[in-house]
Amino acid sequence: MAASFYGQELSSALMLGTAQYPSPEILRDAVLAARPGVLTVSLRRESAGERAGQAFWSLVQELGVPVLPNTAGCHTVKEAVTTAHMAREVFGTDWIKLEVIGELDTLQPDVFGLVEAARILTEEGFKVFPYTTEDLVVAERLLAAGCEVLMPWGAPIGSGKGLNNLFGLRAMRAHFPSVPLVVDAGIGVPSHAAQALEMGYDAVLINTAVAKAGDPVGMARAFGLAVQAGMLAHMADPMEERDMAVPSTPVAGKAFLG
Amino acid sequence: MNGKPRILVKGAGVAGLTAAVTLAERGGVVTLYDCAERVGAGASWMAGGMLAPWCEAESAPAEVTAQSVDSVDWWAAHVPGVVREGSLVLAPARDVGELARFGRRTSHFQTVGEADIARLEPDLAGRFQKGLFFADEGHVDPRKALPALAQSLLQMGGQVVLATAQTLDESGFDWVVDCTGLHVRDQLDYLRGVRGEMLLLRCPDVILHRPVRMLHPRIPVYIVPRDNHVFMVGATMVESENAGGMTVRSMMELLNSAWTLHPGFAEAEILEMGTGLRPSYPDNMPRVVQQGRHVYVNGMYRHGFLLSPARAREAADLIFGP
Repeated sequence: MAASFYGQELSSALMLGTAQYPSPEILRDAVLAARPGVLTVSLRRESAGERAGQAFWSLVQELGVPVLPNTAGCHTVKEAVTTAHMAREVFGTDWIKLEVIGELDTLQPDVFGLVEAARILTEEGFKVFPYTTEDLVVAERLLAAGCEVLMPWGAPIGSGKGLNNLFGLRAMRAHFPSVPLVVDAGIGVPSHAAQALEMGYDAVLINTAVAKAGDPVGMARAFGLAVQAGMLAHMADPMEERDMAVPSTPVAGKAFLG
Repeated sequence: MNGKPRILVKGAGVAGLTAAVTLAERGGVVTLYDCAERVGAGASWMAGGMLAPWCEAESAPAEVTAQSVDSVDWWAAHVPGVVREGSLVLAPARDVGELARFGRRTSHFQTVGEADIARLEPDLAGRFQKGLFFADEGHVDPRKALPALAQSLLQMGGQVVLATAQTLDESGFDWVVDCTGLHVRDQLDYLRGVRGEMLLLRCPDVILHRPVRMLHPRIPVYIVPRDNHVFMVGATMVESENAGGMTVRSMMELLNSAWTLHPGFAEAEILEMGTGLRPSYPDNMPRVVQQGRHVYVNGMYRHGFLLSPARAREAADLIFGP
């Protein structure tokens, strides 16, 4: 069982995005294979007009997994807030994954706009999941703005580079021991996801790594297992690293030959 | 059934025209009907017309390739102007990893280097170090091919009925083959529209002999040469049923790709911006569904020119027996 997000426990620590799959049917099979706790849905592009994306949204909603709409591709506070309003109406949820993109090459968050949009939305009653960096000061500001979850990046969106700044992510976990933390963006393979969970992160959010795999369904299953493995390992209290060998079979008392 | 079956084919897009011609060839007395004033008034008019069974395997299920390997031959046998010069897949230097991924997912190509690219497309000399060449693929201009199919139907004794104010009386027909895409979404479960946007450019400064696919992790774009220095640049894939005008974002994505392929496109004239909705099922594969004497051929998604010959055969087998 994953951590509680705004009072709701999720059935899995895997959050799965729904964009870029070869077909909605493959998306469905991937969801059945991975059994994620949450599905994220981008509202921005799909809804170019009045409920024009309804056919696809219905397919996602029929999967029976809680939906976390996101403001993917928004570059300004106003766009993000408007998209959040649309999302609440379409999906009937006050959960919103908040993205305010600041830079086109790295798609890194505009943390100033992010804090502002988070304040506006929490005041309106939204439960905000902010896509942020591992910067602790920004994180403090987001919490002060009313966020009860933080989603730092592992690496730029879609890059598949894994956890780029292990030190920063560890510091964030240590600094906010009781805030649910989710690594969002940059995860490329299941071992990256397991690593985040082993470090004590509460969940990971993955989209491209599954959707763009040669076999998205097989990769979805692998991520589902990796997240379980990482969480079990964290709960089992991993051993400490050390610089010198420690033999697992004690030699004391044995006869040495030669 | 005595004598030749009388068949009404509804919808004069690529699925309907292909079905009408195939059914007439099998001995049907075919009437093709469309509520528009010309053939190809729907999404087919915006299509790339790429006959690329192997390239499509990058994201499509293996059946797409298997069912479309002979599509180039079908089109070459039925319409003039089919170009069989293959297709070329390239990536900008920073996205060159995408070529490896594309190659792993596809087959029936050669990896080509700078010299090969210069030989195939002299205007691209020195611009790309590596690419994939699919020699057996082809392309056709939908705006020439679709009217040509309507002509063949007429020559075989079929009828083409366009833009009639009243709905056609279906009672005089033995079979109704419905190829009207999203018009029948209420009759067909789970049919949805997938928005696509395309551009037509006129650019005398660049000459290409075959479709070029420019890979990009988020926004793959293809550029297909037409006659008279015209190029079709397409196509976005958006899960939306909004058929309204092209967005600035899509325009920038398409133009960026063209410009990256060759800076000569900077001087191109924009002739047309088009938007269409691709009728699609959840698996993005077309279906032939029989309900009594009605046969629905629908859900071509982005594979109308590739898969409609095989689906037309399937519909004909239902009516005439295999």
